[in-house]
Amino acid sequence: MNAAQQVGAEDFGARLSFDRSEPGRRAVDVPRFTGRETDLPDVRLLRDSLRLPEMSQPGLVRYYTALSLRNYGIDSGTYPLGSCTMKYNPKVNEAIASMPGLAEAHPLAPAEDVQGTLRTLFELQAALCAITGMAGVSLAPAAGAHGELAGILMVKRALDERGDLATRRRVLVPDSAHGTNPATAAMAGFTVTQIPSAPDGSMDHEVLYRELDETVAAVMVTEPNTLGLWERDIEQVAQHVHAAGAYLYGDGANLNAVLGRVRFGDLGFDVIHLNLHKSFSTPHGGGGPGAGPVLCAPGLAPYLPAPVVEEPDGAFVLTRPDRSIGQMQQFHGNVGVLLRAYAYIRALGLDGLRAVSEHAVLNANYLRALTRDHFDLPYGGPVLHEVVYSGIRQRREHGIRTYDIAKRLIDYGFHPPTVYFPLIVEEALMIEPTETESRESIEALAAALVAIAGEAASNPEALHDAPVSSPIGRLDETAAARHPVLRWTP
Amino acid sequence: MEIPGDRRYTTEHEWLRAEGAEAVIGITEYAQDELGDVVFVQLPSIGSRVSAGAAFGEIESVKTVSELFAPAGGEVIAVNEVLTEHPELVNDSPYDTGWMVRIRLDDPAAVNSLLDAGAYRTTLPPGS
Repeated sequence: MNAAQQVGAEDFGARLSFDRSEPGRRAVDVPRFTGRETDLPDVRLLRDSLRLPEMSQPGLVRYYTALSLRNYGIDSGTYPLGSCTMKYNPKVNEAIASMPGLAEAHPLAPAEDVQGTLRTLFELQAALCAITGMAGVSLAPAAGAHGELAGILMVKRALDERGDLATRRRVLVPDSAHGTNPATAAMAGFTVTQIPSAPDGSMDHEVLYRELDETVAAVMVTEPNTLGLWERDIEQVAQHVHAAGAYLYGDGANLNAVLGRVRFGDLGFDVIHLNLHKSFSTPHGGGGPGAGPVLCAPGLAPYLPAPVVEEPDGAFVLTRPDRSIGQMQQFHGNVGVLLRAYAYIRALGLDGLRAVSEHAVLNANYLRALTRDHFDLPYGGPVLHEVVYSGIRQRREHGIRTYDIAKRLIDYGFHPPTVYFPLIVEEALMIEPTETESRESIEALAAALVAIAGEAASNPEALHDAPVSSPIGRLDETAAARHPVLRWTP
Repeated sequence: MEIPGDRRYTTEHEWLRAEGAEAVIGITEYAQDELGDVVFVQLPSIGSRVSAGAAFGEIESVKTVSELFAPAGGEVIAVNEVLTEHPELVNDSPYDTGWMVRIRLDDPAAVNSLLDAGAYRTTLPPGS
């Protein structure tokens, strides 16, 4: 344990700034009020007190510094969460997004005062359309699931206008999908029919084609899917979906696998979303902010959420598409995030984006090759951007669960990967190394996984107790879920 | 893994113990082991109807959320209220104090078409 961690450990009893509060301490001097005093508003509108932590400035800085030293992020080391694309975020993105002319633009500023920002967003729209082969885009949705909801609401509006909404009430979703897909469909008012996966990891086309009828509004497909595999014959799937009068939705969460190589529009997708915070290197983890642009084929473009940026006659303006589903949130989306994605795309160019997918796939397959003798790989074969292991062997033979393996990785200096997803893999352990990990870090991660597989056999107790080297040991997640404490009380 | 012989089972890992025209329903030892620590059980209200093979509630563990499927149809006449405060009973005692609902069977004879303990065991992975 290093000195920095000791600070955190020593102060573990004082977990919140409130716990360190001392009456009368101040981090800054508030200027004395010299204006004209007026009467208080109706006292019934006022709280009787507002408790704030009272701390000195050095005390406050040390408190936050101690917290930050306990944190683990992509700037600390490998962060191999599956399906999350935790790639390194180049610092030039931050420099661009922090430029005062961009960072300080007010959301209500007249368009003529923020032409630079609008031009940047306009060019980002064009770049995302070029990368995906889609015709229309709105940058407004604030996250992937938000973009999904926008996309399915666009489908719903289009079906309503053609008089089909009363009969088309179902959305088909493969059982390997992110949970947000069925949640999106349900939130938009549709019922969900689950399509099972075939033994090769693609959805079962026989079942899909049997279910595709005049009651289906859309089919939601993640391409490539959450097993890190290409959904096979997707163009044929698109033809069947269109022949049945339904729309094909594409979850672009795993775009990193095919950046610069495959375009959703060319495959026949009608509407997709991207996760700029995954594929385009804007910071994520900890819940946001993200950006989940929704992109569509020409026929759905009139329904895009507002605003979109257009350049009708030499000047950039924010507009609302003809038959827009409306706004997904206030103002213009998370512009600071959009600027970072723009910087990333401009810095790399098309050749750079192709290199991203090449190295992302290479890293995943290198990791898979280094570890495949030690864990079960239920879907065999080479993968795209991520590897899904099953810890079933460790569980059956040694009573070690994937959860234990994930926690033990902390002791080896890695952020734990995604576990127990996708749901169709028993004891799933899902690793997406991304392109920004070096050969050495892939080899170190593989060595850690192999060592842990060895410990599962030779020293299973070490895994049950893990992590033992972190500032805080294994948390009682069960107690936290059964008896959550959601509010600090003195 | 324990599979009592006094009741019937489904391939979805629910058990049903018939008591005349009534039946008690819960999940199996294997199911609770697969789920891991159970943190929440959502059960139907008394008086509502469940139908065979359809979902009657949800069970949430630290790693997943699953639907609960009714082995047989009928009217809910009691639910295990204790699970609201103590969902861990499903892990500790899946066949006894971790029971979930009691129903009045629509068709008591239909119970005979469910799996017996021996047949259910053959549906589990080898070694479980």
